[in-house]
Amino acid sequence: MAKTTFLWQVSQTSILDFRIIAIMDTLILYIVVLVLFGVSLAKDRAKTMQALKKGLKAVEGILPQFITVLILIAVLLAVFNAETISRFIGSGSGALGVLLAGLLGSVTLIPGFVAFPLAGELLRNGAGVLQIATFVSSLMMVGIVTLPMEISFFGKRAALARNFAALIFSFAAAFFVAWAVGL
Amino acid sequence: MKTVLKRYRAAIVALAGFIVFLIAAPDLAPKATASLAAQIKTMLLIVPPIFLLLGLLDVWVPREIMMKFMGPGCGIKGPLIAFALGSAAAGPLYGAFPVASMLMKKGASFINILIFIGAWSTTKIPMLLFEMQSLGYRFALARLAIDLVGIVVIAFAIKAVVPQKEIDRIYAEAEERGVKK
Repeated sequence: MAKTTFLWQVSQTSILDFRIIAIMDTLILYIVVLVLFGVSLAKDRAKTMQALKKGLKAVEGILPQFITVLILIAVLLAVFNAETISRFIGSGSGALGVLLAGLLGSVTLIPGFVAFPLAGELLRNGAGVLQIATFVSSLMMVGIVTLPMEISFFGKRAALARNFAALIFSFAAAFFVAWAVGL
Repeated sequence: MKTVLKRYRAAIVALAGFIVFLIAAPDLAPKATASLAAQIKTMLLIVPPIFLLLGLLDVWVPREIMMKFMGPGCGIKGPLIAFALGSAAAGPLYGAFPVASMLMKKGASFINILIFIGAWSTTKIPMLLFEMQSLGYRFALARLAIDLVGIVVIAFAIKAVVPQKEIDRIYAEAEERGVKK
């Protein structure tokens, strides 16, 4: 009984830690930008206003794509929840599991502070390092949902090449990680 | 007005599709709406500082400086800066695209842009901390090591398959995006 409570507490604290790091990450970004903005304002008011205007227009420029991508992500996240993912790439999923891990990682876009604890949980529940490493790598490097957006910035050829190369690399990287973890 | 509608066409279609999804799969609806709310929250949090930074970069960093540090023929310091910029970033990969576009407009070389995108996607320092905590030091550091190699390999692979003409077109578009907006 005492052990269960202990484990529960551990997982609670680590989730809390993730949130703190996630917030810190954004907080640092805000601090850096605000400091730069302040310096810019002190140095040249007109130029700063111009920067503000340019930034705003750039936001408006990709807003339609943002909205589309966010809706796609919302639907995908609802369909591919933790249980579905663990069923596909959990313990004993084998070579097919590795392949599925790559595909799942490619189509989903989960923030790191959700994906890593999930991946850690799967790993502790017996999922293979190979599957988990493939999933994590493709999750971060391959973005099918954001592909339309990437194409508009980099063209079809470069965007497709990047995602394809990243997917292939995810499998190769997973073998290396599995080997290194098993050393 | 007509152009606004045209620009938002995909977004409107997606929104309509979302509503259809909510009706068709009522059991998934609460999850989907909660997830959409979380996504919007992330976007609202991350997007403003990134775009303010973009505006400041555009106004304050002259093309010559960017060329010198990240342009073609800048030597090893270009990729190192690209790695550092990408790894220090916050937010999902889609935040990297407009930043990359601005770097292109300012004259950073294509290889450095690709390295920057690669670093942003997978070697972000805050993410590494998460990864170490949940998957262990060995897992995270092994992945970091192979990623550093992979990012460079992928960058050169993309450069090899994309013709120079297409690269010029991408740069011209980045330039136009900067001027127009």
